[in-house]
Amino acid sequence: MSASPLAEPVSAQDHGSATNPGRIGSLLHRYANPGRFLRLSERLSPFLVWPAIVLSVAGMVWGLFLSPADWQQGDAVRIMYVHVPAAWLASLGYAALAVCGVLSLVWRHRLADLAAAEIGPVGASVTFLCLLSGSLWGRPMWGAWWVWDARLTSVLVLFFLYLGHVALIRAFDDPSRGARAAAILAVAGAVDLPIIKFSVQWWNTLHQPDSITLTGAPTMSFSMLWPLLVCTLGFSFAFAAIVNTRLRAAILETRTRQLLLQGARE
Amino acid sequence: MTRKTRRLWLVGGCMLGFGTATILTLQAFSTDIVFFMAPSQILAHPPAPNRTIRLGGMVVAGSLKETHEAGKPPSVSFLVTDGQDAIPVRFTGVLPDLFREGQSVVALGEMRPGGAFIASEVLAKHDETYMPKEVAEALRKSGRWDPRFGKPPSASSWDDMTVAPSRGS
Repeated sequence: MSASPLAEPVSAQDHGSATNPGRIGSLLHRYANPGRFLRLSERLSPFLVWPAIVLSVAGMVWGLFLSPADWQQGDAVRIMYVHVPAAWLASLGYAALAVCGVLSLVWRHRLADLAAAEIGPVGASVTFLCLLSGSLWGRPMWGAWWVWDARLTSVLVLFFLYLGHVALIRAFDDPSRGARAAAILAVAGAVDLPIIKFSVQWWNTLHQPDSITLTGAPTMSFSMLWPLLVCTLGFSFAFAAIVNTRLRAAILETRTRQLLLQGARE
Repeated sequence: MTRKTRRLWLVGGCMLGFGTATILTLQAFSTDIVFFMAPSQILAHPPAPNRTIRLGGMVVAGSLKETHEAGKPPSVSFLVTDGQDAIPVRFTGVLPDLFREGQSVVALGEMRPGGAFIASEVLAKHDETYMPKEVAEALRKSGRWDPRFGKPPSASSWDDMTVAPSRGS
């Protein structure tokens, strides 16, 4: 497996253009090799899947059944244990998409394109989950399923960016052209991330400001904060595990296609 | 300069340019992006009559009055303040569950010549504080917080309060 001749056709173009990649470049090249990534990914898989299952189940049970109800929202506050992790992963997933976009545009890594194609649908799903859970939460608490305030609108824009990316990266017969267009969309769309984050501070919105910030103490009881953190961690592992598995399948699929093409030519 | 470095600068430059353009656009539209106006803003810059606007602020404690007339849906009136000015609001319809005195609300409607705000929709604005019922009860009993007068004290003063002391009291 270590010789991995199958990996070469995919990565040959990367090595061909590696004239003076510099320090970061060489490090990137080391792990951008699909063959090497495949081995790393297989070894990593159980360390993503098991924490994902254990932490998500523990966090859900803790949050949905054991944690206290809010003094004024009652049990409706438990929607938070799904909504907040989904919102966090929606932003994190798009940030990952943008990083893949830069790696693709500057370093021309095939693996970054494959990763972007696999992150897109997962990110779109969690963004949809965030919007859906938020809507179900907003109706009983605020009195509206949806309002056009800055936070909600900017997350809706993020959802459309995801959908655009998912469609664009698959829209061309030549996958590299689709990858290029999608990478540009991913990088340009990243301006939405700070807008989402700071929308509740820059403008007055119906959505409340963040309860958990880097700078201040959380404005939340510890009995709710801990299950929320466990849920967020579990969902994040689940996100990573799903993307990891999808990416492995995508690499194997690419290789299979190349082998079939080779077989057909011979 | 290798091709790679040139591409890096190109992508960086485009991101910078696009980011600046976005910031300038948002700056230019910032008055339209806000979801609601505070009472002092509305009084300082009165909107055109019959123009639908959103008024946001806190429901003043003790100002909530309900009127029930036979054959008509119940209507409420209350004062909304931002700490500087207050505007009386009248509303006929169903209020959200979280509506109470001391709660932040956003009302959709228009200013009438008399200075009253006629709302067609009232939404409750929840703040970023989450606490169990026992903690809220304990804070209220100890006199450190009255929900009718706005936000609870900083979480660091109560987030170590457990369920036990309120049960004991």
